[in-house]
Amino acid sequence: MRQKAIRRPWSGTWTKFLYKDLKSNGGAYLLAIPVVAYFILFSYKPMLGAIIAFKDYSRAFGIWGSPWADNYGFEHFLDFFHSVYFGRTLRNTLTISLANIAFGFPLPIILALLINEVHNKKYKRLVQTVSYMPYFISTVVVCSMITLFTSEKAFISQIVGWFGIEVTGNLLNYESAFLPIYTLSTIWQTTGWNSIIYLAALSAVDPELYEAARIDGANRWRQTLHVTLPGISTTIILLLILAVGNMMNVGYEKVILLYNDLNRNVADVISSYVYRRGIEQADFSFGTAVGLFNSIINFVLVAMANRVCRKFTGAGLW
Amino acid sequence: MAVSRLKLNEEGKGYRVFTVCNYILLALVVFVTAYPLWYVIIASFSDPYAMLQDYGLMWLPKFPLSLETYRFAMINPLVLTGMRNTLFVVVVGVAVNMVFTCLGAYVMSLRRAILRKPLTVMFIFTMYFNGGIIPTYLNVQSFGLMNSLWSVIIPFAINTYNMLILRSAFSAIPDSLIEVARIDGASHLRILLQIFLPLSGATLAVMVLYYAVGHWNAWFYAMLFIQRPALYPLQVVLRQIILLNQNANTTAAALTDSGSAMMLELVKYALIVISSLPILVLYPFLQRFFTKGVMIGAIKG
Repeated sequence: MRQKAIRRPWSGTWTKFLYKDLKSNGGAYLLAIPVVAYFILFSYKPMLGAIIAFKDYSRAFGIWGSPWADNYGFEHFLDFFHSVYFGRTLRNTLTISLANIAFGFPLPIILALLINEVHNKKYKRLVQTVSYMPYFISTVVVCSMITLFTSEKAFISQIVGWFGIEVTGNLLNYESAFLPIYTLSTIWQTTGWNSIIYLAALSAVDPELYEAARIDGANRWRQTLHVTLPGISTTIILLLILAVGNMMNVGYEKVILLYNDLNRNVADVISSYVYRRGIEQADFSFGTAVGLFNSIINFVLVAMANRVCRKFTGAGLW
Repeated sequence: MAVSRLKLNEEGKGYRVFTVCNYILLALVVFVTAYPLWYVIIASFSDPYAMLQDYGLMWLPKFPLSLETYRFAMINPLVLTGMRNTLFVVVVGVAVNMVFTCLGAYVMSLRRAILRKPLTVMFIFTMYFNGGIIPTYLNVQSFGLMNSLWSVIIPFAINTYNMLILRSAFSAIPDSLIEVARIDGASHLRILLQIFLPLSGATLAVMVLYYAVGHWNAWFYAMLFIQRPALYPLQVVLRQIILLNQNANTTAAALTDSGSAMMLELVKYALIVISSLPILVLYPFLQRFFTKGVMIGAIKG
């Protein structure tokens, strides 16, 4: 090894370098083999498997043996764009996620600011413990609770009744009620938990800044406006990018659990449609194509959001 | 306390009014968050016949307290098998998760290793891109994992986000410690087991909790991969009974005396309590661990 290195310095240093790395880290690389195998078999292999979006998959031929779809492989995409489901699922996906961002995004920030102003330690802890709790309740249980509470004469229907709306059957079956129920229940599930990250950011704001503001005669409200909010603005922006980037990944689990024949018009999102066509009706290629379309839009959204953020604040995800 | 009181006085009347309003507002938040859970609990213990008359808003259970709903819930054999299956997935699943996550995080935290960067990129890439529901389904099918509890364990052996959290804990371990161990001829496995793991106890606890809750609550992929009712995890059983009103016939057969469909509605409250109880009971004690995970993630992010 060493002699070679002297004779051919450029390749020699590299072989020596590699040999040294293998000698000191080879054991670690061996340990990583199961992890690498896992990612190849369960993450990268399905990514390649998404090729069936461009094929007419049949189990007999397998992923690679199945023939390519018509229209240069884009048959299933075109089918989707021409179907009535395209407009409907896209509209519902965007409506639901925009409602979730519009109402669900600011609330954790407000909650964190309010919790931050609580000086009684025990009370603070109580508020935090209780408000984080729904995050750990499973989606199935949350949706079960929703259907139980919205049934005729149950308490949510009762409350709705106070406003003069008579509920017969289940409130969920009303098209106009689906979006509010979905959004409010998501707020219930996540507001407390999402406030943690802002509380962490709040505790990282330099106390000297408050001191300086106080000396300048700023009251508590002005301190919040000019010290606290700028202090956590980077966190807010990063989380907003993430939220916008996840727009196409609406919580489809909740949709699949809550939708039925009566509310499907307003509840069906792209992912739930993928599940219904792809799995329930075993239309694998079509479902994969719709899913792929969803991921591509999603990726474009993240990239755009990131770009906008970089431009205005100089901070982004990448 | 002294400090905060001083602050309050310093801020003047406006802030004191705000503080009072703030406490009231947060009390309202606590109430709204807790009420649905409280309702489920009191409904499940209420006298079923009184519940049948009126199941609107209530603050206390309807007396006399009764365990009827629980008795009926446990008659359904799927509930017991569901618990057993979920327990298996949680215990074995978390063990698999921890082994894989530790190994991955170790490689990502190696100092001066050529493959560290490429492997890290390879792992993180999967956070942003995946094959989607159907390719994942076909992939699991291709490994012959359908209708097996392993189908919800092996394909989900690593949560990359958790692995990143653990990586940052590993990276915080001082270089000198590792150097000394290397010079003494310790292997990588030994460094991982005897230096890294003992020094990251708190983070490991967070990982175990996250994975355990994840497995306990998971239902979607179990629904895709498992068709045999005897293998349903608890959440899938819940969905069948509560949301699809299926598989309730065994319970209905037991309802010879009351025979009403409403009793089945009430059994649902008991089922929710049974399935959420472990988390709700343990959560207040473990809360600081859960939140710690978010903090670590936040600092990295």
